Amino acid sequence: MKPAAFDYYRAETLREALELRAEKRDALRIIAGGQSLGAMLNLRLVSPEGLLDISRLDELKQIEVRDGRVEVGAAVTQSQLLDWAGLREKLPFVAQALPWVGHFQTRNRGTVGGSICHGDPSSELPLALALLGGEVVLRTRRGSRRLSAGDFQLGMLTNACEDDEIVVAVSFPAGVGARGSAFREVARRHGDFAIVAIGLVVMDKGQIRLGVSGMADTPQVLELPGDIEDAAFVEQVEAFAWRLKGHTDIHASARYRRDLLRRIAPQLLSEVRQCA
Amino acid sequence: MRVASKTELVQVGFTLNGKPVTGHAEPRMLLSDFLRQVIGATGTHVGCEHGVCGCCTLRIDGVAQRSCLVLAVQAEGLDVQTVEGISDREDAMSVLQEAFRKHHALQCGFCTPGILMSFVDFMERVPDPTEEQLRDTLSGHICRCTGYAGIMAAVIEAAETLRAARGSTDA
Repeated sequence: MKPAAFDYYRAETLREALELRAEKRDALRIIAGGQSLGAMLNLRLVSPEGLLDISRLDELKQIEVRDGRVEVGAAVTQSQLLDWAGLREKLPFVAQALPWVGHFQTRNRGTVGGSICHGDPSSELPLALALLGGEVVLRTRRGSRRLSAGDFQLGMLTNACEDDEIVVAVSFPAGVGARGSAFREVARRHGDFAIVAIGLVVMDKGQIRLGVSGMADTPQVLELPGDIEDAAFVEQVEAFAWRLKGHTDIHASARYRRDLLRRIAPQLLSEVRQCA
Repeated sequence: MRVASKTELVQVGFTLNGKPVTGHAEPRMLLSDFLRQVIGATGTHVGCEHGVCGCCTLRIDGVAQRSCLVLAVQAEGLDVQTVEGISDREDAMSVLQEAFRKHHALQCGFCTPGILMSFVDFMERVPDPTEEQLRDTLSGHICRCTGYAGIMAAVIEAAETLRAARGSTDA
């Protein structure tokens, strides 16, 4: 249960980190909070040549509201976002989902960006990013680009970050879900990996977005008209569940996962309609 | 840039319970192992070594976290607090520790240091916790012999004692 040997680099500036990344390329794994990567290192599921530690970069520790978006720096911990005064107003869905990410002790070190980069198929923050229409901000020495959740997360534990890039922030549109937002997770114990996690938000123009993680390799989102009848909604969710299929593992069967989606989604819809 | 190559034994120093400590470690050495094997501070226990059981929980710059998911070199220059440092006095236990003794909140004691460290941090940050919040914080730990009822009784009483103590100083 000890990691294989690796070189360790702790950057003091982002520029320094980007230079090293460009030089060492995929010989480096980037570590921020290390709450997923640390376990994978200990179990030797990964054995990188080197680790680039970005956890002390002050440049990546900001939560900023800019142009109607909330930009969360890559070194911001899940606890720091949970304690951020603007969370409930700007990101009501994240406020609902974040307490379900790991435990108090892992949220204290684990980062928001790290969870999204790790991309576990059942996790909550990638679901939030996909559901809310968020983006991931990537930097190289030369410039930066922004990818939508769908373009960033390519599959299970796989993302589109190139080997000279560093994810510097994740960005959520502010206020999505202010008109209605609901989240539900089913897990063996609170804090365990989700069997499924389901979210529903009402968008600005009234449309409804339903998102689910734990049913496919990446979070999946379905958009429906705001005035949809209950019966039509149930039909749409039924078709959605069959499209995603779900998978069978030690925790739950595919059939159980589909059933959870079918049963929980209408509850979330009536929750947000009651609030409206 | 702090650079340490894989086979190199680098000097790592930080503050442990208010006093400076230093030792040598490979970059891959976990903070939990460094404390126990290099520094000789064995109050921090090592259970699952992949962040699940919570035994190795300690505070870095005041924040409770798993020391098996932190490298020793990552703690360089920071303020580390372990179970050895939670009582103000050498010969007396803290309010939380007293409550654990009173309510039989431990049998073998393996998971206890981690649980104590989580609640020291949590109760400082949330001075007026609900039972649900305390339960949620405990859910980050696994105890395989005592059962959680005694631990819950202890942390509920400790929270009340601390609240009352604050009340009397406020007045």
